[in-house]
Amino acid sequence: MTNKAHQNRAPGFGGFLGRLRAMITKEFKQMRRDRMTFAIMIGVPVMQIMLFGFAINLDPRHLPTAVALADHGPMGRSVVAAMQTSRYFKVTRQVGTGAELEPLLQSGEVQFGVEIPPDFSRRIARGDTATLLLLADDTDPAAVGGAVGAIDTIVRQGVNRELRGALAMRRDTSTPIVDVVVHRRYNPANETDKVIVPGLLGVILFLSLSINTGLAVTRERERGTMELLLSMPVSPFEIMIGKIVPYITVGAMQSAIVLLSAMWLFDVPMLGSPLLLLAAIALFVVAVLTIGYLISTVARTQLQAMQMTIFFFLPNLLLSGFAFPFRGMPDWAQMIGEVLPLTHFVRLMRGVMLKGAEFASLWQDFAALAAFTAVIVVIGLLRFRRTLD
Amino acid sequence: MANDTDIAIRAEGLSKRFGDFVVVEDLNLTVKRGEIYGFLGPNGSGKTTTMRMLVGLLEPDHGRGECLGLDIRTERDALRRRIGYMTQHFSLYGDLTVEENLEFVARIYNLPAPVKTAQDAIRELGLEGRGDQLVSTLSGGWKQRLALAAAILPKPELLLLDEPTAGVDPKARRDFWEHIYELAADGLTVLVSTHYMDEAERCHRIAYLAYGKLLASGAGDEVIGNSGLSVWEVSGDPGDLSDLAANIRDEEGISMATPFGTRLRIGGPDKNALDHATQPYRDDSRFRWEPSPPTLEDVFIHLLRDAQDNRAVAS
Repeated sequence: MTNKAHQNRAPGFGGFLGRLRAMITKEFKQMRRDRMTFAIMIGVPVMQIMLFGFAINLDPRHLPTAVALADHGPMGRSVVAAMQTSRYFKVTRQVGTGAELEPLLQSGEVQFGVEIPPDFSRRIARGDTATLLLLADDTDPAAVGGAVGAIDTIVRQGVNRELRGALAMRRDTSTPIVDVVVHRRYNPANETDKVIVPGLLGVILFLSLSINTGLAVTRERERGTMELLLSMPVSPFEIMIGKIVPYITVGAMQSAIVLLSAMWLFDVPMLGSPLLLLAAIALFVVAVLTIGYLISTVARTQLQAMQMTIFFFLPNLLLSGFAFPFRGMPDWAQMIGEVLPLTHFVRLMRGVMLKGAEFASLWQDFAALAAFTAVIVVIGLLRFRRTLD
Repeated sequence: MANDTDIAIRAEGLSKRFGDFVVVEDLNLTVKRGEIYGFLGPNGSGKTTTMRMLVGLLEPDHGRGECLGLDIRTERDALRRRIGYMTQHFSLYGDLTVEENLEFVARIYNLPAPVKTAQDAIRELGLEGRGDQLVSTLSGGWKQRLALAAAILPKPELLLLDEPTAGVDPKARRDFWEHIYELAADGLTVLVSTHYMDEAERCHRIAYLAYGKLLASGAGDEVIGNSGLSVWEVSGDPGDLSDLAANIRDEEGISMATPFGTRLRIGGPDKNALDHATQPYRDDSRFRWEPSPPTLEDVFIHLLRDAQDNRAVAS
C-alpha cells in the first residue's frame, strides 16, 4: 500500500508541472463557465477602443455659434463666412443684438457668441481699428481652446478677402485692422479645477452608489437569504425602496463632502440657486441607485454586479462631456451621450454652479434624468423575479 | 375524500423541469390539516423543489396545487402571509443580531408590537441574554432553532421545513421534534423533509420520493405493508456476509441486500421468489438465517432499487 501510494507522487519538476497544469486548467474552466465575466473582459477593451478611437476628439470642430451681425457692410459677412469655412464654428443662430447672445450661452444652446458691431466695415474702410467680440462658454475649456486660438487668423482672412481696390493698401499697414476681444464666460481664469469639480461629484456618486445597490440585492442571492425573503409577504417594490433609501443618505453625505470642498478648497463659484442644485443631486442619486438595482436583477454574483457597473460607467465617464468635450464627438456618440445620466448631471452642475442658470434653461436635463430613472425603475421591477426560477 | 377545509395541501400532477432535467414529475400529494407529514427520499429526488413550488418560490411547469385552499400560482400573496417556510440552508441575516432578525420578520408580517414579539420569542427559545449576539456566531443547533422560531413567529397555519435537522446533534433533534409535536397539537400542519429514519417514524404520514416521483405514501406501517416486502436477516462473519451480499444482490427476486452492522438484510417483494433465490445459501453453515419484519428503511431501499431498475428499462 505505502509503496504504491509513493509511486503515484511524481517527484521534482514533473510533479511541479503536473500540479501547475491542474491549477491552470481549473482556472480556465472556471473562467469559461462565468460567461458574464468573460463577456465583460472582452467587451470592455472593445468599448474603450471604439470610444477613445472614434468618439473622443480633443480638437472639436463645428461648434454651435450664435452671431449678432449688426454690420451691414461687406466685412462682417466676409468674417462670418471665414468662420464657417474654418470649420471651428458653425453658425446655428442669427440674432439682432449682442444682448441676445448671453441667454443662448447660458442655456448651453451655443458654445460661442460673436458680436460684430454696426461700424465694423466702416471703421476698416476709414483706416481705423474695428472690434469683434467673441464670447466663449468656458465650462468646457477643451472644446473652446482650438477655436479661441485660431480666431485672430480667421478674422484676418475674412477681412483680407474684402480688402480690394482702394483698400488693398490696408493689407500692409501697421495699424491693426481688427481688435478681436475674447470673453471667456463662466470660468474667466480658464481654471480646469473649477470645471472638473462639479462634474466630479457625478462620477463619485455614480460609482459608489450604483455599485452598492448592485451588491445589496446580489448579496442576498449569494448568501441564500433571498429564498427566505421571497417566501415572506414583501413586494418587489418594497424590496427596491428598502434597498435604495439607506444609500440616499450615503449620497447626501458624499455630496456634502464634495460640495464643501468645492467651495472651500477649489473656490468653485456657486452662482445659481442652491435649491436647484440640491434637486439635481437628489434626482441623480435616485437615478444611479436604480441603475444599481437594475444591475442586481441581472447579475448572479456580486462580482458580476461590480463588473456590469463598471461596464456601464465607462461610457458615462467618456461620453458625458465630463472628461472630454461633448461637442467634439461625432453625432452617434453624442446621441449615446444624451441617453446617459451623467451627461445631464454634468450639464446641470456646471449650469447651476458656474453659469448661474435658472430652471427655465435647464429643464430639459431635469426631464431627461427623470425619464431615465422612470424607465430604469420599470425595467428593474419587471425584471425582479418573485420566484427562484 | 375528506372535506376541503380539512386539507392543508393538495397537489395534482405537479411537474417541474430545469432545462432537460425533470426534477419533479406528475406529483400528487394530499396533506390533512394538523398532520405532521414527512418527505423522504435521496438527495436530488425533488423534495426541495416540491416545497419551493408549494410556497410559491418556483413556478410549476404543469399541474396545480393548493395550500390552505389558496392556489400556489395565483394566490401567492395571500399564501405567503399564512405559511412558514424554513429553508434547507440557513437564510436569516448573519450580520444582524438574534433580536434584529426576529424583529425584522415580525415587521415584514406586520405583527403588532414587533420588538416585544421578538423578545418573547427569544425568551421562549431559551436565548435570553443573547439577543444581541450576531447570528453568524451561533452554533448550528442554535441557528436551526432560531430559524424555526422565525418561521413560526407570524403564527402560520402551515409550516414547511426543508431538512431542518440536517447536521444537528441527537439531543437537539429530539428537542426539535418535541417542539414540532406541540405545534401540531395546536393545529399547525407540518410538512417536513428529512433523511433520518427515526424522524420518518415520528411523522403521522410520509411520502417517499425518488427521481422526482412519489413512490409511496401513507402512514409508516401502511407504506411497509403496501410494499409487500419480506426480509431475511443473516448473521455471520463480516467478510463472508460481504461476499454473500455481492453474490446475491442481482439475483431475480431480490431487491435489497444491505449490511446492517454485523448482519445482512436481504429482501424482496415476492416471498416465493425471495425464498427461491436465497435457497442455495440458506443451508450454508457459515450463516444463520432468520425472518425479520421489514423496516421503513428496508422499504425505502427496495423502492429506490425498483425505481432505478425501471429507469434503466425506460432508457
